[in-house]
Amino acid sequence: MIKALISTVFFASAALAQTWVADDPVIHVLVQMPLLAAAGYLLPHRFTLPHTMIGPVLLLALVTCVIWMLPRSVDAALSDTGWHLAKFVTLPLGSGLALSLTWPTIGPVLRGFIKAQVISMLLLLGFLYTHAPIRICNSYLVEDQHRLGVGFVTVALGLTLWWIIPAFLGKPITLLKDKPHDLPGLGYKLF
Amino acid sequence: MRSALYTIGAAVLGCAALWQATDGLRAITAEGARRVTIADSPAPVPPIELETMSGEMRPLGSGGPTLIEFIYTTCPTICQTSGGDFAELRDHLHASGLVVPMISVSFDPEQDDLDALRNYAELHSATGKPWTVARPQVADLPALLRTFRVTVIPDNWGGYEHNIAVLLINGDGKFAGVFDTRAFDDIAHAVEQAL
Repeated sequence: MIKALISTVFFASAALAQTWVADDPVIHVLVQMPLLAAAGYLLPHRFTLPHTMIGPVLLLALVTCVIWMLPRSVDAALSDTGWHLAKFVTLPLGSGLALSLTWPTIGPVLRGFIKAQVISMLLLLGFLYTHAPIRICNSYLVEDQHRLGVGFVTVALGLTLWWIIPAFLGKPITLLKDKPHDLPGLGYKLF
Repeated sequence: MRSALYTIGAAVLGCAALWQATDGLRAITAEGARRVTIADSPAPVPPIELETMSGEMRPLGSGGPTLIEFIYTTCPTICQTSGGDFAELRDHLHASGLVVPMISVSFDPEQDDLDALRNYAELHSATGKPWTVARPQVADLPALLRTFRVTVIPDNWGGYEHNIAVLLINGDGKFAGVFDTRAFDDIAHAVEQAL
């Protein structure tokens, strides 16, 4: 119930943020898009994926994220009605919900791999947006592009701290064969 | 086993989606997409008339291959650089024996009156032939910017930021090429093809 409420609030906030997305890429990419994905992630469901579908659905989540990482998609969401609507459907369902269906079922190695990818990709984007000699998005000013780059780096550092600190606080675990449900766990169980 | 097959199937679909979203891994920005898609499939130019700096009306997209670029004359930065580049391009084409009309089109027709256009022309040695400076009717502006996929946004200093490039209209009156303002050889080659 509470999850449904938070999900609704997130989606409504994302819709409200639409007022400012044309002026500020930070609100567009680092506030609205994550809110949409989080709204989908928190969407309550009683559905358990059949084992065979975990890989495909996880790939759906990753591909959706990669497509929305492209600067041209960000531009298209502002200039094209189809892309604009697609943003509100694919980010919650294609990335958020797809991730919430698969994340609890995948193992710690894959989780660690995905987290490392997320951090390095955010840093790459941060470098690109702060150092590109050209305008990457036609819809935004160069100085805003620079701010977005700094935003990517900030998020990357924040996630790094969030995921790394437990690694130093958590207890190492041994993978016991008789407790298979211990395998998929939080990031710190990797270490 | 089935699980692996499904995953491979999904990976293939995912790659296809990415291929589609980047025009075959060729364009990750909107500006890149403009260059790639226009080169692949030229777009018809609507019948729009421009008012040149000498006050005559001139239909866009007729009269053979034409090079245009979008500017506004009060621009302190890239329009002045690109004006210089356009002058160099004219000299480069002239040296190669290629003479095609070149038009600097203002996207700020309300501010840019004929005097402003003439001043800009004088500053950059545009004499009207082959290079002239022109402005559209205010009512035609949205269609013009849409056709050439020019995005203009106000900056915080009373001016605009916009994607600048040299644009080619081919002999059929279609928008057929987008080039960096200093890609003289590429432009000369494309003009040669279009003639």
